[in-house]
Amino acid sequence: MKLHEYQSKRIFAQYGVPIPNGEVATTPAEAKAIAEKLGGRVVVKSQVLVGGRGKAGGVKLANNPAEAEAVAQKILGMDIKGLTVEKVLVDEAADIKQEIYLGIVIDRAIHKPVFIASSEGGVEIEIVAKENPDAIIHLPIDPLLGMQDFQARNLAFDLGLRGKLINQFVKIAKGLYQAFINSDASLAEINPLVVTGEGKLLAVDGKMLLDDNALYRHPDLEAMRDRQEEDESERIAREAGLSFVKLDGEIGCMVNGAGLAMATMDIVKHYGAEPANFLDIGGGAKAEKVATALRIILADPKVKAVLFNIFGGITRGDEVANGILQALEEVKTDIPMVARLVGTNEAEGRAILQAANFPSASSLGEAAQMAVAMAKGEQA
Amino acid sequence: MSILVGKDTRLVVQGITGREGNFHTQQMIEYGTNVVAGVTPGKGGEWTLGVPVFDTVKEAVETQGANTSIIYVPARFAADAIMEAADAGIELIVCITEGIPVLDMARVRTFLDQKDARLIGPNCPGLISPGEAKVGIMPAHIHKPGKVGLVSRSGTLTYEVVQALTDLDLGQSTAIGIGGDPIIGTNFIDVLKLFEADPDTEHVVLIGEIGGTAEQKAAEYIAKHMSKPVTSFIAGRTAPPGKRMGHAGAIIQGGEGTAAEKIAALEAVGVKVATLPTEVAELVKASMG
Ligand SMILES: Nc1ncnc2c1ncn2[C@@H]1O[C@H](COP(=O)(O)OP(=O)(O)OP(=O)(O)O)[C@@H](O)[C@H]1O
Ligand SMILES: [Mg+2]
Repeated sequence: MKLHEYQSKRIFAQYGVPIPNGEVATTPAEAKAIAEKLGGRVVVKSQVLVGGRGKAGGVKLANNPAEAEAVAQKILGMDIKGLTVEKVLVDEAADIKQEIYLGIVIDRAIHKPVFIASSEGGVEIEIVAKENPDAIIHLPIDPLLGMQDFQARNLAFDLGLRGKLINQFVKIAKGLYQAFINSDASLAEINPLVVTGEGKLLAVDGKMLLDDNALYRHPDLEAMRDRQEEDESERIAREAGLSFVKLDGEIGCMVNGAGLAMATMDIVKHYGAEPANFLDIGGGAKAEKVATALRIILADPKVKAVLFNIFGGITRGDEVANGILQALEEVKTDIPMVARLVGTNEAEGRAILQAANFPSASSLGEAAQMAVAMAKGEQA
Repeated sequence: MSILVGKDTRLVVQGITGREGNFHTQQMIEYGTNVVAGVTPGKGGEWTLGVPVFDTVKEAVETQGANTSIIYVPARFAADAIMEAADAGIELIVCITEGIPVLDMARVRTFLDQKDARLIGPNCPGLISPGEAKVGIMPAHIHKPGKVGLVSRSGTLTYEVVQALTDLDLGQSTAIGIGGDPIIGTNFIDVLKLFEADPDTEHVVLIGEIGGTAEQKAAEYIAKHMSKPVTSFIAGRTAPPGKRMGHAGAIIQGGEGTAAEKIAALEAVGVKVATLPTEVAELVKASMG
């Protein structure tokens, strides 16, 4: 799950990371009022769940409350990479002398949290990583010990910080680490962490990604979820315990298992069509789940055919076959479909489908070709 | 012959009285796996499926000589179950559970670094040495004893490839699902090493997917250390960036982890990469003659 900048920064602040004074507005008038309260120059920042807001024109400086109102007027309602801006954060403008990057991710290879830092902050870290990999510092942290002061100090020195900034940095790095751990984050990032004219460190941008598998123990964080993060169909799927990602094509896919679901998308493409979605119905899928999944797939008007690919292990072929037929009774549709059922109880499953005149295929290749032909209006 | 599980396996099932655990225990026993014990805290002294149940893994090791464990407990208790098994002296721990928080696994892996136990998974189908032992949830009937070693990040996709191999009369020495999570106990390289050393494995199949760089690292290893031929399939050529494709580990991030870069890395070291799962079997057949 993604958090907005203002949400991430508020969490960081709870762990002692200094952030600019600021508040969230949903109308230009509110933005103006916040700017008046803050006094002086402010930055008006779009709050959308994608990166690159600055480049897209979604972060703007305002010299006074009237300007803040005008800028907010422009930014609110703006489209940034397909997302509409509904909120802006109005923050006190900082006097920036230097921009630093500071982030924490999980390094899969060494299976530990790792700090990523760079004195060349402000820009996307992926770009720094490509163009100037030497400018990036990696510091793994033992998850059983946590971050030690000396590690944070070393990081500060490696970033070229000196004097009073060292202790400020230690507090920020340790705070960020604690925020990462206590929130079960998969990413916690400050970009930029700035050095101000008064010689203070300040986190002017923040970003957090949370581990979906750990949200059960963070109801407070789950409550921060923005419906903008996911497509309506993705939300319904998540609530039904289905793993679903909406794509752009015309072949709806219903598969058990994530790897096989990806492979099924690839095969659809191989035979000349595009998958409409990724969908893993999981193991042991029952009729009701199949019906929900089918409804989600058919809600997409682009879908021209549906391909079921079930390799039974825990999942039984006859159960899925019954599930499909039951689902079709509830979800009346003319969209053509084909099923490929193998594995546990495959013969029973196929017999059930045959009795109902439901097209079935014996191999995945054949099923994909049939679905593609159906989508093109050719009779399979 | 085979790797990791076989006739010497003495299995303890953690979570044996749960619905999933009980069903699959029955299947494993039917396949001929030597299930010597079950563990469910609070149910010690009971019996199920002819198997004695203990309160702790330690008792299962001491009383029944268990050397391998399989874990079916729910995600919020699974990290603890893995550590309990390692602490009790279990040599091979297979964790089927899906949905364990990543930071829990980071702690578990760091804990395991100080133990002798090997972990397979989590979020995996387990492993099978056809004709010898099944420690997992895969449909046994699609397998057949033979000389192809198989390692995969996926479950059902592995079944697809196994079926294709068996259809062409290509049996398997051992088929292992290493799991779809970002942090797993045993990686491609660990398994490649074992297959390279196993006298009865002649050909290796590696099934990867988008996310991370495990396949690229495997490619480096293959170039340096593998004498046996390797055939591969990578799922997710059509996956969009930034979206998690079911598996917690299957996500293209910051342009890294695409299928294209994995395929390129493998092909660069002479690995044949199939475009369709069934084509894997054809490539293996052509190579083995
Ligand atoms: N409070 C502030 N005071 C002064 N300058 C700011 C402030 N907030 C942001 N900036 C400037 O604007 C730049 C872009 O802002 P920010 O980092 O918040 O957004 P972004 O990185 O473009 O967005 P995204 O996180 O979507 O990639 C910063 O690098 C910084 O130079
Ligand atoms: Mg930024």
